Amino acid sequence: MSKIPLQFRHNGREVAIFVDGGTNLLVALRELIGDMTPKFGCGQGGCGTCSVLVDGELVLSCLTLAETVAGRSIETLDGMKQGPNLHPLQRAFADNFAAQCGYCTPGMLMAAKALLDRNPSPSRDEVIEAISGNICRCTGYEPIINAILAAAGGRISA
Amino acid sequence: MAVTVKTFPSASEAAGALSSDRSARYLGGGTLVMRALNEGDISISTVVRALDQALTRIDASGPRITLGAGVTFARVLAERDLAFLHAPARSIGGPAVRNMGTIGGNLFAPTPYGDFTVALLALDATVAVQGGFGARDIPIEEFLQARDRQAGTLVLSVSCTRPASSEAFRYRKIARIKPKGGSVITLAAHLPISGGRIASARIALGSMAPTQIRARAAERALEGRSLDAATVAAAASAASEGTSPSDNALGSAWYRREIVGVHLRRLLSGQE
Amino acid sequence: MLELRKDIFADERDDNLNEIGKGTQRQDMLGHVTGTSSFFNDHKLQGMLHLKVVRSTQAHARIRRIDTTEAERSAGVRRIIRGADVPVNLNTLLSLINFGKDDEPSLAVDKVRYKGEPIIAIVADSEREAFEAIAKVKIDYEPLPAVFDVEDALKPGAPVVNETYPKNTFTYHETYDHQRLRFGDADAALATADHVLEQRYQMSPIEHAPTETNGAIAAPDTNGRYVVYTSTQALFFSVDTCAKILDVPSNTFHFIGGTVGGGFGGKVDTLTEPLAILGAMLTGRPVRYMFGREEEMQYGPPRGAERIYIKDGVMRDGRVVARKIRAYFDSGAYTRLSSYAAVKCAAHLPGPYTIPNVYGDVYCVFTNRTPATAMRGFGVTAMDFAIECQMDKLAHLVGMDPMEFRILNAYRDGDMKAHRREAKNTALIECVQVAAEKAKWPLREEFKRASSRKDGGGSRAVIPPTPTDSSRARSTNPVQQRTSYDRLPPTVTREPPREPPPTVPPPPSPRPAAPSHGATRFSSVFGTRRR
Repeated sequence: MSKIPLQFRHNGREVAIFVDGGTNLLVALRELIGDMTPKFGCGQGGCGTCSVLVDGELVLSCLTLAETVAGRSIETLDGMKQGPNLHPLQRAFADNFAAQCGYCTPGMLMAAKALLDRNPSPSRDEVIEAISGNICRCTGYEPIINAILAAAGGRISA
Repeated sequence: MAVTVKTFPSASEAAGALSSDRSARYLGGGTLVMRALNEGDISISTVVRALDQALTRIDASGPRITLGAGVTFARVLAERDLAFLHAPARSIGGPAVRNMGTIGGNLFAPTPYGDFTVALLALDATVAVQGGFGARDIPIEEFLQARDRQAGTLVLSVSCTRPASSEAFRYRKIARIKPKGGSVITLAAHLPISGGRIASARIALGSMAPTQIRARAAERALEGRSLDAATVAAAASAASEGTSPSDNALGSAWYRREIVGVHLRRLLSGQE
Repeated sequence: MLELRKDIFADERDDNLNEIGKGTQRQDMLGHVTGTSSFFNDHKLQGMLHLKVVRSTQAHARIRRIDTTEAERSAGVRRIIRGADVPVNLNTLLSLINFGKDDEPSLAVDKVRYKGEPIIAIVADSEREAFEAIAKVKIDYEPLPAVFDVEDALKPGAPVVNETYPKNTFTYHETYDHQRLRFGDADAALATADHVLEQRYQMSPIEHAPTETNGAIAAPDTNGRYVVYTSTQALFFSVDTCAKILDVPSNTFHFIGGTVGGGFGGKVDTLTEPLAILGAMLTGRPVRYMFGREEEMQYGPPRGAERIYIKDGVMRDGRVVARKIRAYFDSGAYTRLSSYAAVKCAAHLPGPYTIPNVYGDVYCVFTNRTPATAMRGFGVTAMDFAIECQMDKLAHLVGMDPMEFRILNAYRDGDMKAHRREAKNTALIECVQVAAEKAKWPLREEFKRASSRKDGGGSRAVIPPTPTDSSRARSTNPVQQRTSYDRLPPTVTREPPREPPPTVPPPPSPRPAAPSHGATRFSSVFGTRRR
């Protein structure tokens, strides 16, 4: 079985792997790179737990053919911390009880980051729209929305 | 057996590869083909891609617009000249799906998906395809009716005429989850007005048949009339004629038939 | 926002608490926001194989033949597992507490009883290869008539879903085909009530839809043991279930779990662990068995469907004097936990109200639907929905405010509950009062002054004379009598309540009839425990 060589940036670090044909980016990240932060939730584009940023753009890694990210820059939750410190979004999620089981949290955080990177002071409706592709089944969306707004607020005042 | 991925520089080469291999599927944004692979669809053993820049071109400057098949919904939303298509583009997925899903792929999306195509059907769009025997333009309705047999062809672009006014084109997606959710019904209406009367009305429906369909009886009720309450009522009561919706988790066929007229009435009378 | 009403029952409580009323951080929060919380699937094991199952395409069918010849030769296939390979291929979850008979195979052998039932497991190098092999398995079915409705399943001549329970009902105490609650004389009270209201309620199955699908990874460990990463919500329960199915001591396993990507009751059935471990035992390699999303939604166990009939007698002054309930739990093809749901349901009757005459029949019924399981308050949720809808309708019927109607009928400290236990620490009245206050819902002064600690007990503490089932002819069939509630204004609603003639003979009662003086204890799961 011929493997396809693939090189890309993973949270700022250059990585090179060999993938099977048809491998999705989620499997490549989890099983070949060992970054377990993006999760499998549905494989269909319905839940958002596998969300990552490709060149700053929010995508679903389970629906991304791995080899299409050659030469591009991938960001996952694994790269969100700023040194030993939590990213303001991570801090806000923790402070606002925006995680319960924690399974949707990596995708939620990446969707929130995609929003704030582009729009540092979003309205509540913009936050809701930004996480509308991410399903949470236990925390409830209110604490998550509040956390993202709190992170944005913190960023403005800082 | 792993999947073989074949990547071509030009669309015509990709079309050639697609037409010569029954197990090949064209990969656009990935929201259909990758999903099928993830769910264990073993009928796909070859994935064909094209890096052709023509596939991602948007021509929106003139009265007739053309969207490359590989244009994403996010790019439609970023284009001010495509404001009339923003509502259907925004009604699809969350931001990640809109960053990935394409105009071309939407033509193949099965119920309850394919909302953008409902809008294109109401706009009498033309689909440019490339098959084994060269390129040709197909009216979108004809394309959809033969969708199951289109697997071997590559969609290059979709074009349509810009509606005369924002009032002339209307779109509504009924979902049970807001702001995002699968379609219970999707409706689009193109109502060109000539001398105060509707000429060439087009009503397109999603989730009311195996593919997106036109509501011809409702169109006839509108044709040549002014958009008054009586006309709207007549169109609404004819809305379910010729439809064949199915049951799914989002709604039953019965429910869809019951409410399609209600939503068409609201769409035509400009009610929220 | 959370508000603690410390003014209520202040004298019963020590408010000098260290944790209650104060914010505290979850211990797993840091792991969650950094993505380092370890879910079962977050383990990368060398040489891991992938297990997928072949599922029944039929709701009810005899399996004539299973042909795996081609699948065995399929690329990447390491092992095909059949029912015969499962050491103990029949189990019921609550057998761990000696409740119920083994009724469910891990892999179906001679018959399938619901669409999606696992028949063959395939262990392969990759998921893709497992899918390819699945397509090559040929199963010859002889379709059987299927039953999908709880009441149809109880009709004479209905298809037998599960031969372990030929009457299509779970058997309690090796005798009874349903749970019974008898308190006072409901029929007599209905006959003299000012109004009688009978309504039918039902609830569809509900899928838990956890974001993490069910799954497990099992890997050979040292000393012949197996390490198992699992999504289970009930770790020790799953360990013992696997030990039973695989016929090994439970210390063969080292289960690692506890971080669950959403469970809500849908991850207690231990569906993936036994096959993943068996796969690891048969191949000597780590094996992962994880549901895809469609599997989770379609074949993962849901909250079961329920159908509920409630017949209430109410007086003009608003007192509910009789409540007669018949409820059916749709267990699907196997018991799982629905037997317990029915027990919980019966234990919950007649809701948090003091009603002097209560009569309940609660059935756990087998149908050819996906087996149901636990889900947040299962056994109580749908019944509460029905009871509270009914309370609103009754209030309307007698022209009372629905909040005041509830306060009037609420149980109070010292009242006798239908299970012959004294009500203690009741608080429904206060809850209704606070809810009314928050909703700015006007209550009359006497209802604002009502208290759970006043006016209970006394005559309300009496256990009424209770006729036994054997002391009169009784119909076990649904009473289809309907009230005129939906059609006539309340003032003319006066239906002469009457019991229709029995349509079937009363069931035999091998146990001595329960005495009517209150010595009968309500049966519970644990009451049957053999020590």
